[in-house]
Amino acid sequence: EVFHLSHKVTRVVPESALLIVLGLFLGGIVWAADHIASFTLTPNVFFFYLLPPIVLDAGYFMPNKLFFGNLGTILLYAVIGTVWNAATTGMSLYGVYLSGIMGQLDIGLLDFLLFGSLIAAVDPVAVLAVFEEVHVNEVLFIIVFGESLLNDAVTVVLYNVFDSFVAMGADNVTGVDCVKGIVSFFVVSLGGTFVGIVFAFLLSLVTRFTKHVRIIEPGFVFVISYLSYLTAEMLSLSAILAITFCGVCCQKYVKANICDQSSTTVRYTMKMLASGSETIIFMFLGISAVNPDIWTWNTAFILLTLVFISVYRVIGVVIQTWVLNHYRVVQLEIIDQVVMSYGGLRGAVAFALVALLDEKKVKEKNLFVSTTIIVVFFTVIFQGLTIKPLVQWLKVKKSEHREPKLNEKLHGRAFDHILSAVEDISGQIGHNYLRDKWSNFDRKILSKVLMRRSAQKSRDQILNIFHELNLKDAISYVAEGERRGSLAFIRSSSTDNMVNVDFSTPRPSTVEASVSCLLREKASSVCLDMQALEQRRKSIRDTEDTVTHHTLQQYLYKPRQEHIHLYSRHEIIQNEDEKQDKEIFHRTMRKRLESFKSTKLGINQPKKLNKSHKRDRGQKRRNSNAIPNGKIPSENPAPDFTLKEKGIDNPAFSADDDQSIYMKFPPWLTDEDSVVPSQRARVQLPYSPNNFRRLTPFRLSNKSVDSFLLADGPEERPRAFLPETTHM
Amino acid sequence: MGCQSSHPSAIPELDEIMLETGFSQASVVRLYDRFQALDKEQKGYLSKYDLQGIGELAVNPLGDRIINAFFKEGEDLTDFRSFIRVLAHFRPVEEGKSNETGRPEPMNSRLRKLQFAFQLYDQDSDGKISRDEMLQVLRLMVGIQVTDEQLVCIAERTIQEADQDGDGAISFEEFATSVEKLNVEQRMSLRLLK
Repeated sequence: EVFHLSHKVTRVVPESALLIVLGLFLGGIVWAADHIASFTLTPNVFFFYLLPPIVLDAGYFMPNKLFFGNLGTILLYAVIGTVWNAATTGMSLYGVYLSGIMGQLDIGLLDFLLFGSLIAAVDPVAVLAVFEEVHVNEVLFIIVFGESLLNDAVTVVLYNVFDSFVAMGADNVTGVDCVKGIVSFFVVSLGGTFVGIVFAFLLSLVTRFTKHVRIIEPGFVFVISYLSYLTAEMLSLSAILAITFCGVCCQKYVKANICDQSSTTVRYTMKMLASGSETIIFMFLGISAVNPDIWTWNTAFILLTLVFISVYRVIGVVIQTWVLNHYRVVQLEIIDQVVMSYGGLRGAVAFALVALLDEKKVKEKNLFVSTTIIVVFFTVIFQGLTIKPLVQWLKVKKSEHREPKLNEKLHGRAFDHILSAVEDISGQIGHNYLRDKWSNFDRKILSKVLMRRSAQKSRDQILNIFHELNLKDAISYVAEGERRGSLAFIRSSSTDNMVNVDFSTPRPSTVEASVSCLLREKASSVCLDMQALEQRRKSIRDTEDTVTHHTLQQYLYKPRQEHIHLYSRHEIIQNEDEKQDKEIFHRTMRKRLESFKSTKLGINQPKKLNKSHKRDRGQKRRNSNAIPNGKIPSENPAPDFTLKEKGIDNPAFSADDDQSIYMKFPPWLTDEDSVVPSQRARVQLPYSPNNFRRLTPFRLSNKSVDSFLLADGPEERPRAFLPETTHM
Repeated sequence: MGCQSSHPSAIPELDEIMLETGFSQASVVRLYDRFQALDKEQKGYLSKYDLQGIGELAVNPLGDRIINAFFKEGEDLTDFRSFIRVLAHFRPVEEGKSNETGRPEPMNSRLRKLQFAFQLYDQDSDGKISRDEMLQVLRLMVGIQVTDEQLVCIAERTIQEADQDGDGAISFEEFATSVEKLNVEQRMSLRLLK
């Protein structure tokens, strides 16, 4: 995209607006040269070639947990919201028409309703394009984005229903037809979803067996996804839903199955196709507008349409939010509602639908087309331009705006950390039950079927290895791996799951901690500081202070709440803060080990030493029953090996345990013939995984193990996470 | 585990807890469920070990300190009452409520929130954040790229900035003053807990 070169411009003007303007310009040239409109956005091209890549991209990179976590909200807005918008807009326009302001038109109620249904839908392409520039919190983003994707079913149904009604003629529509319409909504939406899921299953299955045809793996992804789109389209089901859910459902398995190069290829190609399509769409929108044949102007109609869609959207959002807030734990605030209402952009889908109209049936097609063009342009350009300042203005109203002092920075950051810790401790309420059930099902059945065995194995690998080796060997094994730079059986760090990560914004790569480097750093976060520092420089003569501020700003660990950019059409978002997690994790574990050491090793209870030492303070362990080699006496019938997500959904510890497992235990936790912990192990944590996002906190068994705490209590049964029978 | 809700009657001292902490019954029930979920062995108590099992805390720089804040000095177990007392600090402040004199300071007031934060810094509970304690906190919160010398420098500057009586340490009043412009009420409140 050319506009990426001038970030200053794109920060203010959304790229989509720029593209439309460019399209207008081009269209103007074409028309001036030829006096005919050679290029237009034909619905066919749009629906069959331009839209699928965009939607597939959205589905494949969809942050699933967030999406399904907010599915209820999203569905409400998508279905009820769209129906509300369509109905109210259509009927209001009809009412106004009856009053005669619009003059004489060859229109009936059904035409208005038809128009309402196609203009009501929020458009995913436009929404994404604009929201990329506006940084909103992730819940808000997923709601608007999800809504824009899912309302396709409603739009399609409404559009088709009213289209057929119009064809039949207003007098022939009966109640039965209305009922049929409602039923068709369910059929279309659920059918489309089902088709998508079937193809996702197919795709995952196929990628499981592509070990020997690695080169064409990416091909499968695109072809099968596109097939889902076409199939749904053929069956008159919602094709957008089909391809969305195909992407959404297959992402996990496909990413686990295909090799890294294919994964990269898929990602880059998808982004490229989506970006390309988006560019073309907006440009064509611009070009298509320059076609005088279609232009019909009716001030009242156009103006009122604009007014109605805005007003009714606001009303709809407010009412629905009010209802939803009763059921939601995380409430949607005023600022969220404002963004949601204002961010309801119409885009190319509306235009394509209106172009699809049959002018023999819908006499005033040209009027509709003109109005649609104007509405789309208005929302994309005007609303797109103003939404960012609006959001910032609203946010700024809440926060104060002064240069923060050193103490404020530090303590402020500390507060953020404290808050996120308390969040984790207090846990996320709701949804856990379903999610646990799903991850159970997924792990036991789905993953076995859909995931390549090697991917499954890598989950179990560490476990097996650590159990078969002498602990000492394990440590040296790991040390060797560290020296070599990677542990072969661990999947290399991949950014595949980045969309599920919610750690902070991509930080600029860390530079050496030297003053000049710090000052040269161009990170935006530092730039803000530069301004503040400029002011301070007058009062601070000490450059040391500058450095202090810089250092703090630069190197303070970022808390979890800081906004992360979840989804971007133009970038594949890298998480560069793995380093931070690693460092903190190391430190925490070291401390815990030390405190464990000091409190426990001092106590001389040889009998208990055996059993209680097996307990592991604050470290990751596995449910003994899950260990497949069966050597462990499973005295603990706890059947679930499930990884419980205890805290707020932290993607760093995803519920998917097909990630590499991190196992660590202090070397002195052994059997009676104990292994002497190596010097190295005492001082330094033996191992750290490359990919922290794969860490999963496990519990070895459900029974209490802290027999030291209950030293006076009844003797606890041994928690054998190291099998007593093996020679550990 | 899952999300089975406890019955309010199952919670001991429910009314006193609600009075003391200001939580609604629904919140208390929710937190009780959470308490039980964390308490894997159904001991009725939480040990540090249970809390350490929350993976996200391991990558939180202040994770362990916060865990320790739930436990009284020298004890390793905490019951539900103490657990929820700590969480009560993070209840959102109700807007519009004026400071009624004569009523005990609510647990989620700005003062209490600051006291909670202060106690995280002040590990030896002497009422002051000494230079060493400040250093420790900074070390926790800053990346490893920052050298110890730089850290000392930062610590000293930080103390200098806040220290009003020149004793080289930060008392609670000085601490509160240094963050008076920060929106503590918002930054230390969880919307979830009402």
